Amino acid sequence: MNPAMIPEGAHPLASTIARFVWLLPLLPLLGFLINGTLAMLGVAKVGPADPSAGHGHAEEHGHGAAHGHDDHGHATRHKFAPIVSLVGPGVLVATFLLASGIFFAMRGVEMEHPYIQTLFAWMPVGDLQLNATLLLDPLSMVMIMVITGVGMLIHVFSVGYMQDDPGYPRYFAYLNLFVFFMLMLVLGGSYPLLFVGWEGVGLCSYLLIGFWFSDKANADAGKKAFIVNRIGDFGFLVAMFLMFANLGTLDVQGVAAKAAELPMGGVIATAIALFLFLGCTGKSAQIPLYVWLPDAMAGPTPVSALIHAATMVTAGVYLVARASGIFSMAPVAQLTVATVGALTAFFAATIGLKQWDIKKVLAYSTVSQLGYMFVGVGVGAYTAGIFHLVTHAFFKALLFLGSGSVIFAMHAAYHATHNHDDAQDMRNMGGLKKHMPVTFYLMWIATLAIAGIPLFSGFFSKDEILSSVFARAHHSTLAESSLLGIPGGTLLLVIYGLGLATALMTAIYMTRMMLYTFHGPNRTGAAEEPHLKEAPWVMTGPLVVLGALAAFGGWLNVPALLGAIGPVGGLEHWLEPVVGEATLRTTLGEPAHLSHSVELMLVSTAIIIAVVGIAFAVWRLKPAALVPKKDAPEATGFDRVLENKYYVDEGYDAAIVQPTVNVSRAVLWKGFDAGIIDGLFVNGSALLARAFGWMGSQLQTGQLGTYAWVLLIGVITLLGAFTFR
Amino acid sequence: MLVEALALSAVLFSIGVVGVLTRRNAIILFMCVELMLNAVNLSFVALSTLYGAAGQVFVVFTMTVAAAEAAVGLAIIIAIFRHVKTVNLQNINLLKG
Repeated sequence: MNPAMIPEGAHPLASTIARFVWLLPLLPLLGFLINGTLAMLGVAKVGPADPSAGHGHAEEHGHGAAHGHDDHGHATRHKFAPIVSLVGPGVLVATFLLASGIFFAMRGVEMEHPYIQTLFAWMPVGDLQLNATLLLDPLSMVMIMVITGVGMLIHVFSVGYMQDDPGYPRYFAYLNLFVFFMLMLVLGGSYPLLFVGWEGVGLCSYLLIGFWFSDKANADAGKKAFIVNRIGDFGFLVAMFLMFANLGTLDVQGVAAKAAELPMGGVIATAIALFLFLGCTGKSAQIPLYVWLPDAMAGPTPVSALIHAATMVTAGVYLVARASGIFSMAPVAQLTVATVGALTAFFAATIGLKQWDIKKVLAYSTVSQLGYMFVGVGVGAYTAGIFHLVTHAFFKALLFLGSGSVIFAMHAAYHATHNHDDAQDMRNMGGLKKHMPVTFYLMWIATLAIAGIPLFSGFFSKDEILSSVFARAHHSTLAESSLLGIPGGTLLLVIYGLGLATALMTAIYMTRMMLYTFHGPNRTGAAEEPHLKEAPWVMTGPLVVLGALAAFGGWLNVPALLGAIGPVGGLEHWLEPVVGEATLRTTLGEPAHLSHSVELMLVSTAIIIAVVGIAFAVWRLKPAALVPKKDAPEATGFDRVLENKYYVDEGYDAAIVQPTVNVSRAVLWKGFDAGIIDGLFVNGSALLARAFGWMGSQLQTGQLGTYAWVLLIGVITLLGAFTFR
Repeated sequence: MLVEALALSAVLFSIGVVGVLTRRNAIILFMCVELMLNAVNLSFVALSTLYGAAGQVFVVFTMTVAAAEAAVGLAIIIAIFRHVKTVNLQNINLLKG
């Protein structure tokens, strides 16, 4: 066992509320059981919602809230809705309160070692003695606070957003189950337990993307997410096999301790790190496995906010930080992570520039920002990556919930006038500022935060990532190694450049989204416009809280340069016991340091880029000139390529999906299943039995003479056998 | 004396076997079977000079059983004849596989 581990009871947290850490995942699980039971009890009365009912269009999007209606009926509110509204968000509130208690208890003690709670022996098999252990340390605490805090707000928002959906209890059951698995993921004390959570959130993601499964496009989107994630999970599994084969343990701390003894940049550490990262590219939607995330927007919008923006998709970033002990021993793997992250950030941002669906803009923005986080954790700036994870959870959840609020209003307006137009297309919006002022202001806060305007949360985290990249380009293990023949130092500078370009595009596409949605004249339609109105308080309330967090979240980790405005490096100090060693290993034993003037230059560059981006968008884009979707001309040239997402989906379809389908059809189905299994084995054995039967039947001539001859021959043979023995 | 009796018995038995194997008429077949039975009876009697009276007792049993068998067998043949209007065994092959 790892010498760093101390007995459970001796830990300073053991005497505090933290000993109830096992309750954290249990509460949402309880909520899942209650809501799930109610969903099953209620299903006889009201079946699953048919989102296409009364819409008459088969797009993959366009189904916002209020799906229970058909155009002529009344809202079919679920009969258990009052109980579910209490239980669903209730368990999250309880979980959040408990998490807060544990958080304050942790602040009060010296967290030199993680607090480990062993629940039961899970897999005692030979050399593999695996316990179900919960690991509570500052890193998992940060994640828990984000998951339960943002999760709680989104649960409350969902009460308003999903109120009229016939699948209301089922929705909350899935959402509670998701929180359970997500907490298992961040609390898992061993990689297999972490993997259980990892797979569980994938399952919930699948269930919630295909929540309105009676529309085939939604069900397909769920399947796509699940299957693409399987590819990544294969990498995670291989990484675990390698860990056990080479390090002899699967325990998070044990692996970190054993990894430190490996040779620097060795094959084992690099292989484990790269396979882990393959898992991350699936779960966290990085190149080449990012394609599922934009499609995942088929699910209800609060789900997009919780799972596909704030928590689940950041699990990959968490995993890299959690396995920082391994990654810091493999500079090549780290460079790969950072490069893939930077390319994804850049690539997704370009697509985001030309999307019309408000949720698709946010989806590509999420992919892009996740790329940013991977740049952070990739270059060994784990604090910066986690910091961006946290601030991103705030502002992206706000953006998604805000867009949900917009879609809710759009949908209600179209519903009131029996219009079947697309409620998610920005060309059908415009001028919503005066109809939904609260959403408008809050979403601008989030936009400024993600664009990197100073003093908003995104500014601090993004700036920290970029300056970390810049610092490590000059002095780190990464600068000394190389990837595919490119020296690490050069590569990091390229990554820095890509990061700046991404920041510029982020500012542009977010401003574009805001301009087209809220500014200019309204394009929804003359009949619909009077029906546009602000969402109820149960939805705007969580938005206000998230708005405050998005605005002030940056105070978690104020850079030294801006030491005047608050305590410097709060999060960095907080995470130091977990990732400090790995960070120092990457930066060659001394804290990354940039001179004051260089840092000032980097910060001002970032600010200029953000301002230029927003100004450019405001200058170039004319919301007034935009026409509604149904009148819009086809895009041409490169715009068309961007609008079609570089045809990556079509490319994957032609290169991977179709060949797989064809091989499955020709070889596996027609060849193996129909030919070998059915033909050779099933029909073949029948044919064999038939042949033997035919031969036997030929003995039965029905002629007494034949039988007599056979009898005689038999008797003579027997007599001969006995006589001439 | 014993040798001659056993030789006769063997000859009779062989005639019966050849008859069963070659003839097609059920009645003749039946008679050939009886011939084989009686050939065996003859050898029982002949051998009783060597092994005691048990062989002669057996002959009585055999003849009893043969009488019963003859009754049953003839009855079957008549039943078949009524059914298919022939006693030629080549035409009676309902058990053909």
